[in-house]
Amino acid sequence: MADSIRMQVTRYTPGPDSVPTVAEYDVPLRKDWAVLDGLNYIKDHVDSSLSYRWSCRMGICGSCGMNVEGEPKLTCATFLTDYAPGPVRVEPLSNFPIVRDLVVDIEDFMEKLPRVKPWIIRDDDVTVIDGEYLQTPEELAEYKQFSNCINCMLCYAACPIYGLEPDFIGPAAIALAERYDLDSRDRGQRERLDVLIEKEGVWGCTFVGECTTVCPKHVDPAGAIQRYKLKAAKENLMTFLLPRAAR
Amino acid sequence: MYRQPVSRLWWLKKRTYFVFVMRELSCIFVAWFAVFLMVMVFAIGRGEASYQRFMDWAASPVVVAINIVALAFLVLHTMTWFVLTAHATPIRVGGRRVLAMREARVAGRIVPAATAVRVGGRQVPAAMVIASQYAGLVVVSAFIAWLVLR
Repeated sequence: MADSIRMQVTRYTPGPDSVPTVAEYDVPLRKDWAVLDGLNYIKDHVDSSLSYRWSCRMGICGSCGMNVEGEPKLTCATFLTDYAPGPVRVEPLSNFPIVRDLVVDIEDFMEKLPRVKPWIIRDDDVTVIDGEYLQTPEELAEYKQFSNCINCMLCYAACPIYGLEPDFIGPAAIALAERYDLDSRDRGQRERLDVLIEKEGVWGCTFVGECTTVCPKHVDPAGAIQRYKLKAAKENLMTFLLPRAAR
Repeated sequence: MYRQPVSRLWWLKKRTYFVFVMRELSCIFVAWFAVFLMVMVFAIGRGEASYQRFMDWAASPVVVAINIVALAFLVLHTMTWFVLTAHATPIRVGGRRVLAMREARVAGRIVPAATAVRVGGRQVPAAMVIASQYAGLVVVSAFIAWLVLR
């Protein structure tokens, strides 16, 4: 095994740079090094001005998402040896504006996420004193998969629809809506459907399926969106067929 | 901030994107076959001479070429949608319907309320859903073949 690998890293500083450029760095190629370790090596030993986000190094904080060889990946869970002999291209996630180097602006998602009300909605006003909401392990299993989302934005980077139609609410937001819809403690289905039944809601999706492919936590946003489409279609049909009182 | 442009050729960048665009495109050929079949039915309805004219037109090289391309797209359409159906509609078997106790507030007091929900069970594997769709396709095709050829 070669003892180093070349990394081609996107560099961009707003102001001096009008467009992003590519810088090349040789980093040690170690069996246990992820792409993120390579970036940390560059920052520590070669160029301390390199900017990128990271935190936990164990695939749970969701902040180190980048495009590695064009594929959205968590860089802490993507090993350099898989790209040997290199070079390995590291770019910021697609479909988001670049703040600097590998850091993207996810403000658009932060604005969209609360629109689907990803929290438990109740139609009563039970307080903590009245006790907790009980749930069986089977009821937990119903939504657990969708609760694994870490908001890493890989699905948005993989979704060509989001790139072309920035109004599309996007895969993770819909998967999180489904997570709460499937929760036995929740009563907010109606409120979420009102948001997602719109054109920029679930109907924006044309089922490319890449969101599910790239998801590092096996959430399956594409599946969630198609299920939501069934709900929305049913609702539209009911509105069309039934008088208001019978719905 | 730098806004990353989306290339006009984004759909050529990944195999999956390309297959997706081809799948979307395939609907045009589905429509073509629907129109083709309807025109054939009308021709049959107008008598033998009309039907013969239609068949002659359908045998012209251009129409045959279009139909070969259309058939290829139709196969792609069928195969991709069969795969996608398995992911879009998870089918659950087994499990049991239980009365889930939920709380409701009636006249200011918290009372238990029951709703029937299905819990447990296991999801039918995607391969089985896909296989059953092909089985359905074979059954329908066999029926139509019997109808036409008998």
